[in-house]
Amino acid sequence: MQKFVRIENVGQTFDTPRGPFVALRDIDLTVAQGEFISLIGHSGCGKSTLLNLVAGLTRPSSGVLLLAEREITGPGPDRGVVFQNHSLLPWLTCFQNVYLAVQRVFGARESKAQLAERTHAALALVGLAHAQARLPREISGGMKQRVGIARALAIEPKVLLMDEPFGALDALTRAHLQDELLKIVAATRSTAIMVTHDVDEAVLLSDRIVMLTNGPAATIGQILPVPLPRPRDRVALSSRPEYLECRAAAVDFLHRLHGNPDKKPAQAQEQ
Amino acid sequence: MSTVSSSLSPEAPRWPAALRSACDAAARAAIGPLAGFALFLLAWQVIATSIPEIPTPGATWLAARELFADPFYDNGPNDKGIGWNVLASLQRVAVGFGLAALVGIPVGFIMGRYAMVSAMFSPIVSLLRPVSPLAWLPLGLLLFKAADPAAIWAIFICSIWPMVMNTAAGVARVPRDYLNVARVLNLSEWQVITRVLLPAVLPYMLTGVRLSIGTAWLVIVAAEMLTGGTGIGFWLWDEWNNLKVEHIVIAIFVIGLVGLGLEIVLLRLARRFAYAEE
Repeated sequence: MQKFVRIENVGQTFDTPRGPFVALRDIDLTVAQGEFISLIGHSGCGKSTLLNLVAGLTRPSSGVLLLAEREITGPGPDRGVVFQNHSLLPWLTCFQNVYLAVQRVFGARESKAQLAERTHAALALVGLAHAQARLPREISGGMKQRVGIARALAIEPKVLLMDEPFGALDALTRAHLQDELLKIVAATRSTAIMVTHDVDEAVLLSDRIVMLTNGPAATIGQILPVPLPRPRDRVALSSRPEYLECRAAAVDFLHRLHGNPDKKPAQAQEQ
Repeated sequence: MSTVSSSLSPEAPRWPAALRSACDAAARAAIGPLAGFALFLLAWQVIATSIPEIPTPGATWLAARELFADPFYDNGPNDKGIGWNVLASLQRVAVGFGLAALVGIPVGFIMGRYAMVSAMFSPIVSLLRPVSPLAWLPLGLLLFKAADPAAIWAIFICSIWPMVMNTAAGVARVPRDYLNVARVLNLSEWQVITRVLLPAVLPYMLTGVRLSIGTAWLVIVAAEMLTGGTGIGFWLWDEWNNLKVEHIVIAIFVIGLVGLGLEIVLLRLARRFAYAEE
């Protein structure tokens, strides 16, 4: 297995007024090229912290992160990030939002027509070619998140990083976008790391599910392979025994072995 | 009226009904203000009849008609039409205000972007902001040795604080998400400023500008009373010295109308540039 993303012995400690807070410790993970990884865990377990480390938005307190054998020292165009709340710039149209990213990465080498063509292709990929002239406030939440995905994919990143990309959407829209994401990832052969707290979403989309223990000082509790063939179909999948086994294993981890931390706050604070 | 009917003329059969409902709406909207003004005039009339020095609304109206029959006459430096005086005041406000924007907005930007600079200048701004701009007038006279630049100086001083404070607050309040987007996309500092910060801060900046123009218009009247020369403030004071009380009342209305106009123009501008989140 080719090690494309390597996370080696990474820990993250934040300085707070009440002393140092250990968010993550001893994280070791490798991701192969073309692999789809989900990070799952309860709120506050540091999944987003880990994703931010890969994105380069924060630097680890210890350990090292590598992408294609190069150390991650900051944010870069080799990683496309989809934020939880879409984070489109409200004063730019959908087209301009994507174009801003494209221009930054390819602007030095390509003509304006080529850049516009890339932008158009990215919006077409998420099925929004018709909405490119609209402002974010004029489109629905699901469409905004699709523009966010288009913006991340348009720069042809080596890795697609998604922080609960569908968390703010209603269940039907979420299912629809998950299906779209399956198709897009298959078509672009993207390597992807996604933060989620939805077990079904993780099983449907992932090759492996990385399950984190509860924070503080969270670490990887278990890595669950999802041996389901691709292309995957939501309806056909839901009755397959492997699907149900994966789902059961993830639920078991999250709710029996590492139950909701909010139910025993005293213990969590002492740690 | 003619534009309304001509724009609706393609739908000729329906326009009388549409016009009637538009008239009804206008009448309903106008009834409150009209009643208010009627009461105001009544109170004025009562006061003016009991105090003989105060001109009645009718006398003021006659004086105003005479005055506005020729607002742009020029009989030498101390006797100019009211139009020239208003324009002189507006010009001073524009210059002082423009200079304040030129200085205040970049300073506010830097203060909002760099915590260190903010820590340095915030106490100074907090200290100087409550000072009446007129307190700066003697320093202006000392520095520029002329009345006109001193008045502009007072406008500059009073306009700059809201611009600095609002711009700085706007920059500091740019949502983290947008800055993260800028970081993830690896935007250059220039692109961060033009594509992310400026559009995000513009509504705050325009609020600062709107607050400034209100104060600037207040201050120019007072400053001109002190500096003399031309301007609506000087004119008002001059008419007091001539004991033309009708003209003082007229000046009050003119100052109010011009201030209202400035406010409306800037509100329009602010609405034009404000982005809506959702």
